[in-house]
Amino acid sequence: MITALFSSVEAGLLYALMALGVYISFRVLDFPDLTVDGSFVTGAAVASVLIVGGVNPFIASLAALGAGFFAGCATGLLHTKGKINPLLSGILMMIALYSINLRIMDKPNVPLLQQETVMTIITKAFQRFDQALATIFPFVPKTWAIIVFGMFLVAVVKVIIDLFLKTEVGLALRAVGDNKKMIASFSGNTDRLTMIGLGLSNALVAFSGALISQYSGFSDIGMGIGMIVIGLASVIIGEALFGAKTIMRATLAVIFGAIVYRIVITLALRVQFLETGDVKLITAMIVILALVVPQMVAARAEKQRKARKRGAAVASTQADYESV
Amino acid sequence: MQLLLQLKQITKVFNEGTLDEKVALKHVELSLQPGDFVTIIGSNGAGKSTLMNIISGRLAPDTGEVVIDGKDVTTMSEHDRARYIGRVFQDPMAGTAPNMTIEENLAIAYNRTVKRTLRFGVTKKRREFFKETLATLQLGLENRLHAKVGLLSGGERQALSLLMATFTKPHVLLLDEHTAALDPARAKLITDLTKQIVETNRLTTLMVTHNMEQAVQLGNRLIMMDGGQIIFEASGDEKKKLTVSSLLQEFQRIRGSQFASDRAVLV
Repeated sequence: MITALFSSVEAGLLYALMALGVYISFRVLDFPDLTVDGSFVTGAAVASVLIVGGVNPFIASLAALGAGFFAGCATGLLHTKGKINPLLSGILMMIALYSINLRIMDKPNVPLLQQETVMTIITKAFQRFDQALATIFPFVPKTWAIIVFGMFLVAVVKVIIDLFLKTEVGLALRAVGDNKKMIASFSGNTDRLTMIGLGLSNALVAFSGALISQYSGFSDIGMGIGMIVIGLASVIIGEALFGAKTIMRATLAVIFGAIVYRIVITLALRVQFLETGDVKLITAMIVILALVVPQMVAARAEKQRKARKRGAAVASTQADYESV
Repeated sequence: MQLLLQLKQITKVFNEGTLDEKVALKHVELSLQPGDFVTIIGSNGAGKSTLMNIISGRLAPDTGEVVIDGKDVTTMSEHDRARYIGRVFQDPMAGTAPNMTIEENLAIAYNRTVKRTLRFGVTKKRREFFKETLATLQLGLENRLHAKVGLLSGGERQALSLLMATFTKPHVLLLDEHTAALDPARAKLITDLTKQIVETNRLTTLMVTHNMEQAVQLGNRLIMMDGGQIIFEASGDEKKKLTVSSLLQEFQRIRGSQFASDRAVLV
């Protein structure tokens, strides 16, 4: 049980990068970008093929990041210059990427188990540290390397995003999602900003895909299916549980959301009658719940508040009568 | 003296060649001297908004030229042209970003004339500057720099929009019925602020309004539009002598029969 939770936190941290990407498109730019399902695999494919080809896995992962950036820019181009509706631009790019990903990998599946990856390098580097920790936490059977590495990486990316969104370009990017007419009247090039934003978003998604493929030891043409929903689930769960008042708070919430999502899925799959194939259904249910429950809670609170007010009003009029 | 804004023979037709064809502007000529404050009145469909959109670059004219400060900007994109133009819209929600703070909004406006970089939008130095500038509105907004703009009232938002459009000293200021969506008290506040800001900064201004009194009170020139043309113009002493009733008479004289139906819109 602890092992399972441990690895769900590991995976959660790596998926958190993808969730941060979705946060940029979905929340900052207000652009529901479905490219994610394709660009996640693009990242995995680029990294795997390069690693198998003998490239340093860190450089391969950065190349994946670049590939994702271009995929995002392409979606932005479809939307801004091609005047195609946001959802459709994303879907078109997602479909196009399916073929491109197959071309990159040359086959539907690239195994990485025999290869040196970011994960094996990190684990090796952590060996002595792990031995020391094993004496303190004997019940955790695996290495701490990936968790520590994941936390460090996610923290760095989070801080970079937080800082970037406060720069002049970052503010303009946020304004595109908040009020396009306004930013255009203050000489912001909304087309270019949308492309940059989608590029950054998909760069993170592809980077996450690259790391996940190295973590799980393969990349697969179908590994991106439903990825946008997982990203949304992380964003929405995070915001519902941890709040999103400021950018710093929101990005932190998204990271926790991604981890919580992994834990929930791990726990759900331990239920006897649920099978691995049910994951997508569970994901959809979680998103629906995370969207609907806060509304119901708010409506209920509002109703109670009104009832109380009415009660108080009645009481006060009665008091008036009595005093007369 | 160099003209600040020149419109040369501007024509704009919507849905050309179809049953819905509508001539929005017909050979409009207009020149603004530096410091001119022009108020524009006219009934619905007179072409006022189209004129504003052509100056700001939201729409491109079919024929004619837009020249700002001696530079032909007719084919320049809306966002590039915004380096010369400050704009306030009718909708108080349109000129600000609601989910961003007051200081972040000001930082965005600050970059209207300066290229955006990867430096922080709000620095200590800028925050002081923003505070000073906000204080001139006398609405206490300088103490609410970190408040989200969506929390402000319509009047406060419009005052902020006006400040954001003007504190970087645009070549031309376009005000598109910017008090029309406010209640009378707020509208008066914004009108007074407009007068104060335009006068202290000597901004070259074009203001569209539905309110005849406002059009008579503000500015040194007045233009009346109808059917896509400028049908009446007054400036200098002639403009000073104008009253709402004399303006209505003028309009009646020019338009004759149509007047009755327009009266409700204009007053």
